[in-house]
Amino acid sequence: KLKSTLIERSMVKLTKRIGGLVLRLAAFGAALAAVVVMVTSHERASFFAVSLEAKYTDMASFKYFVIANAVVTVYSFLVLFLPKESLLWKFVVVLDLVMTMLLTSSLSAALAVAQVGKKGNANAGWLPICGQVPKFCDQITGALIAGFVALVLYVFLLLYSLHSVVDPFLLQKS
Amino acid sequence: MAGGKIVVAGGTTKSWKVLLGLRIFAFMATLAAAIVMSLNKETKTLVVATIGTLPIKATITAKFQHTPAFVFFVIANVMVSFHNLLMIALQIFIPKLEQKGLHLLSIAILDMLNATLVSAAANAAVFVAEVGKNGNKHAKWNKVCDRFATYCDHGAGAIIAAFAGVILMLLVSAVSISRLLFNSNKFSSTAPSATATDVP
Repeated sequence: KLKSTLIERSMVKLTKRIGGLVLRLAAFGAALAAVVVMVTSHERASFFAVSLEAKYTDMASFKYFVIANAVVTVYSFLVLFLPKESLLWKFVVVLDLVMTMLLTSSLSAALAVAQVGKKGNANAGWLPICGQVPKFCDQITGALIAGFVALVLYVFLLLYSLHSVVDPFLLQKS
Repeated sequence: MAGGKIVVAGGTTKSWKVLLGLRIFAFMATLAAAIVMSLNKETKTLVVATIGTLPIKATITAKFQHTPAFVFFVIANVMVSFHNLLMIALQIFIPKLEQKGLHLLSIAILDMLNATLVSAAANAAVFVAEVGKNGNKHAKWNKVCDRFATYCDHGAGAIIAAFAGVILMLLVSAVSISRLLFNSNKFSSTAPSATATDVP
């Protein structure tokens, strides 16, 4: 009977570990998608013999978005290969928090600027640009959605890392 | 035990003091950011056109409500400073509550969530403010700061205070997590008689 509970416990541990790896892989994929979609977004529009080219480098906020998501991508890839018994897992909890903060800050900055681009700011006299470069705007929206998915996955990953480092005995309410 | 030190099982008194100090500074920083940005307003009368010899003046106001990013900034900073106030009150007045493991865990998780919230708010505001300060040639957005210098200065001060709050909240989260780990290790390695060392 002891043997069956031991097998049960190791099965639960294996499931949790696989779940964590799948989550990390999904977050890696989402952040990578955000980077790629944002980097490949550019559109050239011409009106009144004036050529306007919209690239992601036009806005500082989009550049920061690409950099932050690239950092998260690389970090997720490296953590995927961290062995289970390594002592670095406690450090991974804090780093996961830092990465989540990077993701939220880059997403909210990109969203703030994209919102001005879409709706404009009448009080400051800023006209919306999405009417002139709709394909560019759509791709930016896609990149932001991928970034949001990466953020949500990273919040779950943060809770997962915290759970895997904190002794489960604690959660059983001594 | 009369007067003296209050011993809490959630870590040594040193980490308790460090955490309290950090929380007080984070509370002050985020509250300052929220207050300065919410009072940010500048009115200017500008000459927009001249018809003959008659200048036509228009009164333009720059308010923080004009920009959604700044509205989010104020709301998020108010929320985070309220969270810090609550945690300070919890730490000072009810230290015994932290002895149960689930409370330390929820405090750590709440600290982490609020750290991400304030970092999002500060960053959104700083990038929108950068567009306002330097303009954007590609999108043909003019800069605002050359005409509303006081508005921009106050906004910059609020954003700096918010970034100080971000760093402080990150430290607060780190200390909360370390207290959680310390407490969980203590409970797992020692017998349940660890509760006998509590101060009534």
